[in-house]
Parts: sequence; C-alpha cells; structure tokens
Amino acid sequence: MAHMNMVQALNSAMDIMLERDPRVVVLGEDVGYFGGVFRCTDGLQRKYGEHRVLDTPIAEGGIVAAAIGMGVNGLKPVAEIQFADYIYPAFDQIVSELARLRYRTAGEFSAPVTIRTPCGGGIRGGQTHSQSPEGIFTHVCGIKVVMPSNPYDAKGLLISSIEDEDPVVFFEPKRLYNGPFDGDPHKPAVPWSTHPKGAVPDGYYKVSLSKAEIVRPGNDVTVLAYGTMVHVAEAAVRLANVDAEIIDVRALAPLDTDTLCSSVCKTGRCVIVHEATRYSGFGAELAATVQEECFWHLEAPIARVTGWDTPYPHAFEWEYFPGPARIAAALTRVLEDR
Amino acid sequence: MAQRSRLHVPRPPARPGEEPDFSYLSLSPAGAVPRPDARAPARTVESLGRDLVRVLDEEGRAVGPWNPHLEPEELQVALRHMLLTRLFDDRMQRMQRQGRISFYMKSTGEEAVSVAQGMALQPGDMLFPSYRNQGLFIVRGRSLVDLMCQCLSNTRDMCRGRQMPIMYHWGAGNIFSISGNLATQFPQAVGWAMAAAIKGEDHIAAAWIGEGASAEADFHHGMTFAGVYQAPVILNIVNNQWAISTFQGFAGGERRNFAEYGPGYGIPGVRVDGNDFLAVYGVTRWAAERARQSGGPTLIEHVTYRAGAHSTSDDPSRYRPKEEGSAWPLGDPIARLKQHLIGLGEWSEERHAALEKQLEAHVLACWKEAAAFGTLTEGPTLDPATMFEDVFHDMPPHLARQREELMRLAAAQPARGSPEERSLDSRSAAVAKEG
Repeated sequence: MAHMNMVQALNSAMDIMLERDPRVVVLGEDVGYFGGVFRCTDGLQRKYGEHRVLDTPIAEGGIVAAAIGMGVNGLKPVAEIQFADYIYPAFDQIVSELARLRYRTAGEFSAPVTIRTPCGGGIRGGQTHSQSPEGIFTHVCGIKVVMPSNPYDAKGLLISSIEDEDPVVFFEPKRLYNGPFDGDPHKPAVPWSTHPKGAVPDGYYKVSLSKAEIVRPGNDVTVLAYGTMVHVAEAAVRLANVDAEIIDVRALAPLDTDTLCSSVCKTGRCVIVHEATRYSGFGAELAATVQEECFWHLEAPIARVTGWDTPYPHAFEWEYFPGPARIAAALTRVLEDR
Repeated sequence: MAQRSRLHVPRPPARPGEEPDFSYLSLSPAGAVPRPDARAPARTVESLGRDLVRVLDEEGRAVGPWNPHLEPEELQVALRHMLLTRLFDDRMQRMQRQGRISFYMKSTGEEAVSVAQGMALQPGDMLFPSYRNQGLFIVRGRSLVDLMCQCLSNTRDMCRGRQMPIMYHWGAGNIFSISGNLATQFPQAVGWAMAAAIKGEDHIAAAWIGEGASAEADFHHGMTFAGVYQAPVILNIVNNQWAISTFQGFAGGERRNFAEYGPGYGIPGVRVDGNDFLAVYGVTRWAAERARQSGGPTLIEHVTYRAGAHSTSDDPSRYRPKEEGSAWPLGDPIARLKQHLIGLGEWSEERHAALEKQLEAHVLACWKEAAAFGTLTEGPTLDPATMFEDVFHDMPPHLARQREELMRLAAAQPARGSPEERSLDSRSAAVAKEG
C-alpha cells in the first residue's frame, strides 16, 4: 500500500488500464509529452507511446468527437478536458452524441468514453478556472457523472469509469489534488499522506459507480456532499459540534438514492452542500429526492449551502466559497427546534 | 469623405420570379483536369480545389485521366442503385403526403454522390453519412423494408421508435447513425479513422456533410484533427447549392470553393462534378488510395443540385425560381450515366423503362411488407415500455421505477385505438367543448 495524492492516484489508474487493456487510449491538450497541466498523465506517453497517449489540438469539441469515433471503432478513450470551464465547446458532442448514441441506435452503436475534467475553485482561478458544472451534466440522460473526494476513490472510480460500457463524465476537484482541503485557505496545507484515504493500493481495484459512502456516521442530521465539500463539511461538523452523518454522494448520476434516503429517514434532518451555484444546481435534485422519499421523517426544512448565484469572482473567492462557517450555520439552523 | 463600413449580406443570384442564374459556377471541360499521383503532397495539388473534375462530356463519353474505366456490368449496377434510390425516395415522399409517415427527405439529383462513393469504397470502410445519403445503404444492400420500417417507427424499426424517419444506422453494414445535429459526424469519422490507424488496420472512414453545415465548428474540428494526424479519412462536402432556404453564399461559397478549405488545413481539396458518376467514383478511388497508403485525408467537394425540397416540411418555391432545376448546368446523374451506357451500346431506352418498372414494383412490394409491421395510423405498435431501454447498458433503478410507473398507467387505460379509448376520446372532446 502506497501513499498517493489524487494526481498520483489518477495517474496510477490510467497507467494500470493502459497496461491491462490495449483498447485504452488517453487524449487531450498537453497530456502527452508534458504529462498534463496538473501532471495527471505524467510519464504515460513515455511508457505507452504517442499512439496511445495523444496530445491534441486545442479544440474540446474535436477531442470529444474524436473520442466518440475511437469508441465506436473499439477503443476505450480517456479524454481530458483541461478545465471543466472549457468543456462547453464539447457540449453538443456530449449531450447529443455521446449520451444518446446507444439509445438512438437501439444498442447497435455505443462509445464507452471517459471524460476527465478538473473542476471547482479555491485556486484563484477566477470564473474560467473554478466552475463546478456537474449539475448541467446530471440533467443529461445516458451519461454517468461521478466526482471523487479522495485518492482512494479517485483511482477506483476512474478504473470503473474506463471499464464501464457507458460514457462517464469524471469531475476531479482540483483543490483536492494535493490534500484534503477543509475550507480554510489560511491554514497550512495538509498532505494526503496524513489521511486514511491517501493510502492507495498500487494495483488494480474498483470503486462502484453507483454507491454513495457514509464518511462519518451520526444521528442528528445528514449532510449530503461530494468532492471538496466532503472535507469542508467535516470541518463544519466539528465547528458546529453536532452529531452529523456525512455522506459522500460520489455517484451523482445515477444516484444511490437508498443510502442517501435511509440516512435522512434516520436523522430526520438534511443539509445539502455543493460548491456549484444554487439555482437549478444538483442540490435541487437531491432536495427533491429527499423530500419525495423522506417527507414523513423530516423534522426541519432541507437546507442547501452552495456557491452564490454569481460567476466565480476572482477577488472574493473565499466569500463565494461555501466554507465551514456557512455550513455550520446551516447545521445549527436545521437543529434549532430540537 | 471617409466611407462607413458596410456589411455584405449574400444574396442568391435569383429569387422566385427571376431568371435562374448559375454563372457563378466555374466549370472545367470534361477530361481537362490532370490526375496527380495519389501520394502527391497537398501543397502541389491545390489547383484541384479550383478546377472541376469531370469525366462525362456533353455527349456522355468518358474522357480524361479520372475515368475509372469500369466494366459495363458495374455501370449497370450503378444505374440500378441510383434508380432504386430515386424510386424509393419518390414512394416515401408519397407515403408522407398520405400521412403514413411523419417526415421524409429525398436525395433526388444527388444520387451519384452516395452510389459512386459507396461503390468505390470497400465494405470494411466505415461510413458516417448525413441525412441525404440513403444511396449508401442501398449500395451496401440494406433491405428497403428495413429502411421503410425505420421511417414508419413500427414494430420492425431498427431504432425502436426513437428517431425521426431517415435517421438510419447499420452496425453490420459499417454505416454509422445519422444525426439530426449537423456536422457532428465529421470529427467522429476522423476519430474512427485515427483508431483504425492506432490499431494498425487498413480500413478507412468517410463522412458527408452539406455545404451549409461546413459553417459548423464540428467541420473545422474534423478538418483540424484529420490534417494534424493525417488520419485515413475521406471528408465530403455535398454542395447542393441550398441549405433549406439559405444559398451556398452564406457558408462562404461566394469567395472560394468549398474544396479550397482543404489546403488551409494541409489537406488536398478536390472539386468534382457531383452529378457525374464516373468522376465521383474516380476521385473517391484516388482519395481512398491516398488514405490507405498513409497519405492522409482528402476533402472532396461534390458540386451538385438539390433538385427537390429540403424535406417534406419545406417549400422551395418560396425562395428559389421554380425553373432553377432545369437550368442547372450539370444535368441529372441518372440521365447522364444512362446516356453513357447507351453510347457504349450497353443499355437502351427499352431496358431502362423495363428496369424502372421492375424497381417500382419492388419498392411497392417492400412498402406493403413494411406497412404490415405497422404505420403511424395503423397497428401493430411498439411497446412503450421499451423506451427505457438502451439509455444505459444496464437499466439503473430510477429508470426501472419510471418504467413501472408507465406500465401501471398503461394497464389502467384501454389500449390505443380500442373501442373503449375511442369512447373516452369523444367524452373528453365533449368535456372540452363544454369547458
């Protein structure tokens, strides 16, 4: 068992899959010779050659379209979109083509493409390097959407995504690449080597694309979070000093409704946290699902703590970011009438 | 005095009521364009995008270096494919007018593009068609019944009722799914071709779009990727002059030929008479030979004319002169190949009429067979519960729940078209009236 940060874990997943399956290819901007702007594909081209780890032109629509064509021709492409903020030129290819190819051909054609893309803020990226557009993709029928919160899951989920028969959009919270960031930018960075989920097996293993995980058991309130916000929620729970059950949603689409809703039915209270903007955000789907399944168990209104409904502002990053104080306030509020 | 800047808004040469005018087309005489070596560097063949490769002359003789020298039997097969495509289109158009299918798109006047290219390529080559390439399916032998059942969304529909008419696909025949979003298949074909090269196979890909769709980003993505990686792919622009009501000038055709996009991407661009079966065949062979020998991609512009409406929802008399089709200088592809075969002594008006009659009967028989599997107005119909299948490889729980919900509702309601349902309909109509 090695200690890996999330970048190393993702690299290991691709390394293993390139080794195990000759159909796997990696493509994207800067992913080849250079090894990716976040280093996730470091060394892979050297090891597997420039036909299997391809640098591409700067054309996200072309990257996804080429990956679809490769997938139709029997390959298993892993396409990197350098920042989730850059994914929109590929939107039509993802929504109208990748997601619906199996459906529109009644199963005769499909393209098992994995699209990896770093998301989220906290790196002074402003509005073009900080977005969390996962909710836009969970609204599309026919693609799976996942977001890991730690190196162990990142590797296992990426291997599952590459092996999956369906296309997967794989969001990587870039603020977590190097450590379990808990929402306080002024504290010294904590490396993954200090975290139990930084212990990552060297070899092949999978994490299910359809299971949420209870990361902290508790009785009084359920916190639904994913990506960076899992760690921020943990800090908030310590701050508010409440007995919360924190669930890492992990698989956003399809959703593990059972794990989420059994927890809320047990605790009777629910706080939903994501970094993306609130209006029509993925939290709305979570809140609706919880309401439908747990209404008679609810003791308080469901609360959402999210990014504000503005573009991600460069100078006010930490006022924008739904940090531990805002989440703690929501926890206190939903527990007020106990 | 300084002049203000002004926009140039392209205008077609003629609108309804005006004299058709194709003087904007530059035409080369048949046989006049040299045929370079298939491995010639892109830079040395740039004139191919300015000229027009033609083989059949005014008298229907095959002349010049692009003549593929096909056997008369092959030409007869080609004529049959083109005629069958046209008669199939005519039948389906009539069936739409009768309300038996919801929509249709004919390829009338453009049959040589699909039929010549389909015949010039190998069965293992992967085709990424646009919506006016039905000839490709006919060349590769897909039964008309299957195509008709797709248009009917009936119980034998290859798309299981999920797609509008004409959005065919054929996995076993190596023809990709037609997308209603234009140009998306262009860069996908390049990706397919890249994969063939990565795997070390010598199959190539071919894709088609209209000249109008060449304005889409996907066209340029496809060209960039094809040029950068020198992918084994043939990229075709079918320039039929019209994108619904928008003439080719709105895609930039006023100032350069579409084939001339090629050199900008480092790709040879060849402009060919799209109504000349032999020229299209010859140019496709050249491009295929180039692709198979690691010579990279070729862009082909087929200069042709959309003789019919864009679709059954379109009325071209509102935006172009009615007489434009008869003024088109490159004639009709079927008439031209027929004339050539007659000139060779390998065909006759009598044989042509007999073939036409035979194919018409075949199309009608196919229609009757297809309609027995259901039409828009008559059963049998597909089971709506199947709509939840194939969204994912394995059905996730939320879709299984939604399917159960639909099936519960369906079970509680009388079957579609049953006497119970009809009486419900009249009751709700009465309620609506009162309301």
